[in-house]
Amino acid sequence: MIRIQDLNKISEYEWEIPRSYRQDMRVAVRLFVTRRLLEAALQDLSIEQAINAATLPGVVEPVVVMPDMHQGYGFPIGGVAATRYPSGVISPGAIGYDINCGVRLLASTIPLEAAEERLDDLANALNQYCPSGVGSEGSIHLTTAELEAVCRQGARWALKKGMASEEDLHRTEEGGCLQGADPGKVSQRAKQRGMLQLGTLGAGNHFIEVDVVDQIFDGEAAAAMGLQEGMLTLMIHCGSRGFGHQICTDYVQDLQSAVKRYGIQLPDRELVCAPLDSPEGQNYLAAMRSAANYAFCNRQILAHHARRAFEEVFAGSGLRWQLHQVYDIAHNMGKVETHDVNGRKMKVCVHRKGATRAFGPGNPELPDVYKPIGQPVLVPGSMGTASWVLVGTEDSMARSWGSTCHGAGRVLSRHKAKKDFRGERLRNDLEQSGIHVRAGSMSGLAEEAPMAYKDVDEVVETVNGAGIARKVARLRPVIVIKG
Amino acid sequence: MNQAGFEELQHTADWALRVWAPNREELFRQAAIGMNALMGLKLQDEPVHKKVELYLLAEDDESLLVGFLNEILFYLEIERIGFEDFPLKLNGNRLIAELWGKPIRSIEKPIKAVTFHNLVVQRGEDGLEARLVFDV
Repeated sequence: MIRIQDLNKISEYEWEIPRSYRQDMRVAVRLFVTRRLLEAALQDLSIEQAINAATLPGVVEPVVVMPDMHQGYGFPIGGVAATRYPSGVISPGAIGYDINCGVRLLASTIPLEAAEERLDDLANALNQYCPSGVGSEGSIHLTTAELEAVCRQGARWALKKGMASEEDLHRTEEGGCLQGADPGKVSQRAKQRGMLQLGTLGAGNHFIEVDVVDQIFDGEAAAAMGLQEGMLTLMIHCGSRGFGHQICTDYVQDLQSAVKRYGIQLPDRELVCAPLDSPEGQNYLAAMRSAANYAFCNRQILAHHARRAFEEVFAGSGLRWQLHQVYDIAHNMGKVETHDVNGRKMKVCVHRKGATRAFGPGNPELPDVYKPIGQPVLVPGSMGTASWVLVGTEDSMARSWGSTCHGAGRVLSRHKAKKDFRGERLRNDLEQSGIHVRAGSMSGLAEEAPMAYKDVDEVVETVNGAGIARKVARLRPVIVIKG
Repeated sequence: MNQAGFEELQHTADWALRVWAPNREELFRQAAIGMNALMGLKLQDEPVHKKVELYLLAEDDESLLVGFLNEILFYLEIERIGFEDFPLKLNGNRLIAELWGKPIRSIEKPIKAVTFHNLVVQRGEDGLEARLVFDV
């Protein structure tokens, strides 16, 4: 078991596990943490899992771990690993089952004080328009051909159906559509699961939240994003639903034999992988991109439903109910990107699992409106606590594969959270503090208790202090919808 | 200690189970019952009637176990059917099972997938043992 004395302290916010720590490590592991967060992380297997990730064939120095890290399966949540393209590997387990789980933020010019009397109605309308809960089905039932179109077009499919604007797509990572998706590489089972779930939130830690902009730290960046202090915003956190889960399940199972064929030795079977230039690696990449596009489209349709809810509640009130998109960003994804490595451009496949892309100012991938300030980074907090809007920096490009944190990060097991907290009590406490809650399951609510998570403010201060993101605005929740 | 059973293990973000049994067939059965229990699965009050025949071929016990449990999750989501009786036979790397179930009444929290994380089916103090991590 790794101990704190095995790590090298680089700065107040940065630590390193040298490659020499374990014989099978191909590269060092770089952790963006304070000593306090590091000591907490040593309580579970997250750091061991990061070390395991450093054994992947073709991995490029360093594997990076964010301050919201916690133990996952195979690869830690909050981990980033870049592998050389195309000779390195791609690992489905290092991206996760919820492919393109991500966050979308929309801003309004509705002041909280003008909306306060209608928040209960708004919570009901959002709950009604945005299907949530276990195995939830939406009003859209796709044919196979339509599902395949969603896989290829992503959020653009929603635009064709009148559920998006060009501005929405423009302000979405990759324009809401990854190139190279091929639904022909997706199993029939995954398609069956995907056909009924488009436009649904699901359950677990996914949510829709209405927040108020509580504090602005960077006026120029906030203005570019359309964020104003005291105004309402809407945040959507979800992913590719059963479609993505099945694609990951299929490929983790299929690649079990591929690793043997390619003679790849791994410390954990969940890290199963295939060379990016192998048929197996290419097939997974094409299927994973299909799920990513499904998720972009899913969040787009949920945003459309949320706009209908806002219209229903605020139309005729004299308030401008329109919601404009700030950004939509993934935090479970594998992307082929070009990064500077030792002064040279290198094409790599960046695996981000529970980590957000955080490109700095001037990056050609960004829409013009964000080129001067850097890419918006959306960091949801735990239920009932603050969420954050950050921007990527030049340092994040140089030191963390253009990545930063994705949330608060769990600290308490779900088992213990359920034992320690009661869902009904928690809901009452949240309501008492002025947060309107709609939840499908009380035990699910208890598992997501804020006390089960790290302090999101501490996580954000760490990435801000380390320089791999910069604070723009803090959001405070007033409505929480959970499946 | 019972000859066969399951217990929940601590895991920060996901769910984990330790399962034990005197033989592979019972181990697989206990894993399915344990997974249902983790999800808080409740079925309709009616006679068991839905039968799904399952044939799986995998390279080892771990792959078979993950494949078997993922099959149950698939039917749970697609047909809203839960299973509570799992007569099955294992012959080398081949699994033949009948899944008997009925419609779901309620489920507290779904499992996204069964993972291979540190999964080993091996002989321990309580007979055959496996530790399973579920993504939730």
